[in-house]
Amino acid sequence: MAAVQETVDQVRRIESDQYKYGFVTDIESEKAPKGLSEEIVRFISAKKDEPDWMLNWRLEAYKRWLTMTPPGWARVAHPEIDFQDLHYYAAPKKKPALASLDEVDPEILKTYEKLGIPLREQEILAGVARPEGERRIAVDAVFDSVSVATTFRKELEAAGVIFMPISEAIRAYPDLIRAYLGSVVPISDNYYATLNSAVFSDGSFVFVPEGVRCPMELSTYFRINERNTGQFERTLIIAEKGAYVSYLEGCTAPQRDENQLHAAVVELVALDDAEIKYSTVQNWYPGNADGVGGIYNFVTKRGDCRGRNAKISWTQVETGSAITWKYPSCILRGENSSGEFYSIAISNGHQQVDSGTKMIHLGKNTSSRIISKGIAAGVSQNTYRGLVSAHRKAVGARNFTACDSLLIGDRCGAHTVPYIEAKTPSAVFEHEATTSKISEDVLFYCVQRGLSQEEAVGLVVNGFVKEVLQHLPMEFAVEAQKLISISLEGSVG
Amino acid sequence: MTALLEIRNLRAEIGGREILDGLDLTVAAGEVHAIMGPNGAGKSTLSYVLAGKPGYTITGGEIWFKGEDLTAMAADERAAKGLFLAFQYPLEIPGVATLTFLRAALNAQRRQRGEPELSSPDLLKRVREIAKTLNIDAEMLRRPLNVGFSGGEKKRNETLQMALLEPALCVLDETDSGLDIDALKVVANGVNQLRAPDRGMIVITHYQRLLDHIVPDVVHVLASGRIVETGGKDLALQLEARGYAQYQSEAA
Ligand SMILES: Nc1ncnc2c1ncn2[C@@H]1O[C@H](COP(=O)(O)OP(=O)(O)O)[C@@H](O)[C@H]1O
Ligand SMILES: [Mg+2]
Repeated sequence: MAAVQETVDQVRRIESDQYKYGFVTDIESEKAPKGLSEEIVRFISAKKDEPDWMLNWRLEAYKRWLTMTPPGWARVAHPEIDFQDLHYYAAPKKKPALASLDEVDPEILKTYEKLGIPLREQEILAGVARPEGERRIAVDAVFDSVSVATTFRKELEAAGVIFMPISEAIRAYPDLIRAYLGSVVPISDNYYATLNSAVFSDGSFVFVPEGVRCPMELSTYFRINERNTGQFERTLIIAEKGAYVSYLEGCTAPQRDENQLHAAVVELVALDDAEIKYSTVQNWYPGNADGVGGIYNFVTKRGDCRGRNAKISWTQVETGSAITWKYPSCILRGENSSGEFYSIAISNGHQQVDSGTKMIHLGKNTSSRIISKGIAAGVSQNTYRGLVSAHRKAVGARNFTACDSLLIGDRCGAHTVPYIEAKTPSAVFEHEATTSKISEDVLFYCVQRGLSQEEAVGLVVNGFVKEVLQHLPMEFAVEAQKLISISLEGSVG
Repeated sequence: MTALLEIRNLRAEIGGREILDGLDLTVAAGEVHAIMGPNGAGKSTLSYVLAGKPGYTITGGEIWFKGEDLTAMAADERAAKGLFLAFQYPLEIPGVATLTFLRAALNAQRRQRGEPELSSPDLLKRVREIAKTLNIDAEMLRRPLNVGFSGGEKKRNETLQMALLEPALCVLDETDSGLDIDALKVVANGVNQLRAPDRGMIVITHYQRLLDHIVPDVVHVLASGRIVETGGKDLALQLEARGYAQYQSEAA
């Protein structure tokens, strides 16, 4: 036990000083007063210059939310959230002029630079020593509640792809928004999704028209900066018949003593033969070594394979947040459609993760695949919760699920909670689950070859999650690999 | 000149049980020492104590490696200083390609020694050269370390690592176990190529047959936690003929 104990001790020390994104940007911001009321919902809508139909949609959600109670079934524990003690809107004061990056507050640009996000197209285009063949990435950056810059818009427009802040899309493409918003995650879906529907401030909108293969990766970086501010972003991605898009999402937040709430909603719609690949590297502030602070991440992500042969694939690397409550799901409606969920969830310190997926088979010959890798260290709790269901009409539905958990030390916990419901006898569902402790002998073998204890843990864990890492776009895979090592090792990356 | 390795009156225990009970051993650079002995004598324990495996407690005696107190060094530091243990049962690391592991190990050692990391092309070149002499093909280098490897592949892989890391002292624990005669020859040949004036080796084996291929300068018998007899390579042949019963009864 000795070597692992050493790692455990090391790991225990790192959280607070390891989180390298924990800085605060000093910009003036405009905030709504604390608390949630009909007035606040109206205030947000007015700030965004929204049409009446949007305001009414929000108000309906708000009224609904008042009648709801927070869900209690997840294996997470936290003090009751005082929803009146939060700001529901915060924006950099200098109104971002989205036409040009030059008009964005330089402090914000600096922040994104520190985060390593290539906001400036010219930098990317100039290709300062970038490896050959590296794909370019269009970035939409969301700062607190507001989208501050979207890159590569012209080039995307030429391809027919719409990629813009959803607040703008509401004004520019009302018909599309009205047709699709809330069509995958309805207003009444769940407590946090309903809250989001009432108060969402911004997020990304992507529309890839029929037959178009999006010419580059699309990416959004979310950053919470303001104190006591909830971030409620809303993302909507639509891939029309035969379209393809790969979308990446990254998240960070400053170090704060108090918990900050993040409750996003992501909706994906894939029509006939369309494919959407959605990748997340979630690195919200996890709280300090004593479990103080950190983001409460209560997220609803769902994809709808609405057409025949549609395909939606979720890949996530979850390393941050004090609490993660997240189940990216697929509704497999179209005949022959398929859903995938590849997940790495790492919990350390006092983090609590309750994450998994739902694969809801409605159409004939639909298939799904779930590969989940949970790693628990410190005194964290890491739960995989997954539903696989087949509707009576989902003849020939197939699922394969493999859930592996790795424990580092003996003060953490890993739990697997599968729900399987097949209403057609023709469904074939396979489920495999393993839980193991990181092997002392393997670590010693590595250390005997010269690796430090931390490097050994990093190597073994990266091997453990390899199968999932392979599903991330290259740029993200490298970043994720480093992040995994950092979140488990004592060394600064 | 100080010996490469000098062990004086070493006592060590695991799980509250004393296994090494006053062991003395000196290995000079350039020498190959065989350690033979009955099962349970403490041979593997000695190798683990040298390598610094957690759980083993030294309760007495001294170990000097290249003139320094080995017991004061962490296990990874011992490796970087040139102590290599070829495991009797090499461990498997799923998802980590053999080449990735080799790179991680070599560069970790180089970093500790304050040397620059080896570039990927340079590393690949060196690994390929060594791999060729051990009948290791490129496909094996891509496979996850030791996962699904045959006994022979695992031992060849240990030898590959040893050759790449160029240790000052090689400790080979039962390298012959699980090998058929052809595999044994390949591995022994690889080991023999590493014999060098500035390198010492401790070859631990239960059977004499390995020593037909790796001919030792000195042969020791380890029984009941200490070296009970030392001789030339003929001692191995005698042991083969008469067995270890004599030492075991002594111990009892
Ligand atoms: N973890 C352990 N706890 C207690 N006793 C052990 C442990 N590991 C090995 N031993 C004992 O130590 C003795 C020496 O074992 P070992 O060094 O493996 O012998 P050898 O390699 O010579 O066969 C054996 O009696 C074995 O049972
Ligand atoms: Mg042994």
